[in-house]
Amino acid sequence: MSAVMITRKVTRKWEKLPGKNTFCCDGRVMMARQKGVFYLTLFLIVGTCSLFFAFECPYLAVHLSPAIPVFAVLLFVFVVAMLLRTSFSDPGVLPRALPEEANFIEMEIEAANGNVMAGQRPPPRIKNVQINNQIVKLKYCYTCKIFRPPRASHCSICDNCVDRFDHHCPWVGNCVGKRNYRYFYLFTLSLSLLTIYIFAFNIVHVVLREYRNIFEHVVSLTPHCTVLEVLVCFFTLWSVVGLTGFHTYLISLNQTTNEDIKGSWSGKNRVQNPYSHKNFIKNCCEVLCGPTYPSVLDRRGVMLEDSTRPTPSDASAASTYKSTNPVSQTTKSSAPLIPNEHTPEEAKPSIGAGTQKSTSSPKEEKPPSPTSPNAVAPAVIKESAH
Amino acid sequence: MPFHNLQELRHSASLATKVFIQRDYSDGTICKFLTKFPAELDSRIERSLFEETVKTLNCYYAEAEKIGSQSYLEGCLACATAYIIFLCMETRYEKILKKISMYIQEQNEKIYAPRGLLLTDPIERGMRVIEISIFEDSGSTSSSSTGSSPSSATAQ
Repeated sequence: MSAVMITRKVTRKWEKLPGKNTFCCDGRVMMARQKGVFYLTLFLIVGTCSLFFAFECPYLAVHLSPAIPVFAVLLFVFVVAMLLRTSFSDPGVLPRALPEEANFIEMEIEAANGNVMAGQRPPPRIKNVQINNQIVKLKYCYTCKIFRPPRASHCSICDNCVDRFDHHCPWVGNCVGKRNYRYFYLFTLSLSLLTIYIFAFNIVHVVLREYRNIFEHVVSLTPHCTVLEVLVCFFTLWSVVGLTGFHTYLISLNQTTNEDIKGSWSGKNRVQNPYSHKNFIKNCCEVLCGPTYPSVLDRRGVMLEDSTRPTPSDASAASTYKSTNPVSQTTKSSAPLIPNEHTPEEAKPSIGAGTQKSTSSPKEEKPPSPTSPNAVAPAVIKESAH
Repeated sequence: MPFHNLQELRHSASLATKVFIQRDYSDGTICKFLTKFPAELDSRIERSLFEETVKTLNCYYAEAEKIGSQSYLEGCLACATAYIIFLCMETRYEKILKKISMYIQEQNEKIYAPRGLLLTDPIERGMRVIEISIFEDSGSTSSSSTGSSPSSATAQ
């Protein structure tokens, strides 16, 4: 057996991932497609802090204390680190179902629905689960072909289902979900502190300078950059501090922005939040001090292309394999699931039609698209069957 | 011919069907799988062996997601270093995932491959399902009585 050496670069799994994400640094960085507002955020933070370090800090270090710029530097580094962590990490994207899994779920749905009369609309695909003695409805995602886990939602901007979906934030250029929510919260919190800090010391600087000038009968005009910094900080304060307060409230109740907007747990007739521990401290601990969940996407895994296998017309993710995966799928497995003696009679003829049904159904029902509290996001399409 | 090891399964077997063990959400959003025995495996493996595998996996995941002193310590330490420490250190969850991967490999070699079955690590399916591939039993139908090592069920 002669080995043919093909000199081509290795294909990593991130290159074939469906969804509207952009990847950098060979799959290490994952962001949404629109990054313009993220660059603005970065520019505002770095720009304002640079002005502060260049113009205010020398004066304050000499006339007040050298600890002031030192603390400002530490805070600035923390803010930027949190911003980059939130923006660059996988928010908790759920990979789409491979064809076999999608077909298996279709079979289960067909079996559960029974016979649907011709021309009649099939019932909505919902699964009921009991969590902490409350009934929670799991919805089927037509794009990802899975029943969404509880608290997961499909982001239409990134075109992915995200676990514990909070919202899509254009300011960080990424979704906020299970994996990066704590970094997002720490970003808003530390940014609030930084803004208050810079704002306060700008005022102190202006007061000190004017006081000195009056004492020495020197005329001076408050430097332009100080005014600029005060303006930026003033407007940032109202939005960021408000947002931090809102998220602190959500964390104490163990709710997501998405659930709050949809009113999932509010109102008398609605189900009470089954995830809350009914204890402020416990809820905070779970969200902020819980384990760090790993990414299930395996962006940097190497893809093995099976040359004997024809390219499937279904999701491109079907051809991804981890290099250690022992199962090499033959052509036979790309065909619809073979019914065995346990398949209910109604499901058997519909198995072949199952793949056609799942591709045509997105035209009938739109997947729900959540909103972002930071206004720049596009218009929201409210789901009708809720 | 009955399958004796994982190599034979990989190279010469043909896939018949796949079964997907779904998540159990009764305790909330923690990672836990249903221990309900699927009908397709009825003739291939003993119910107790299957349940043992799923229960052990559930224990591993519960340990990884436990919110206790160790997770607090890890979280606080990481926060104090602005999470830069995660660039060089492996998290507790990742360490347990490695253990799970080894456990599944061991289960496949000792219990599932001799019966013409193969477990796929849930992490490769987004932690949504445990995929069990059922290979065609081209030899005798009572493959469970040949080439199996019953005493390895309690191996950890």
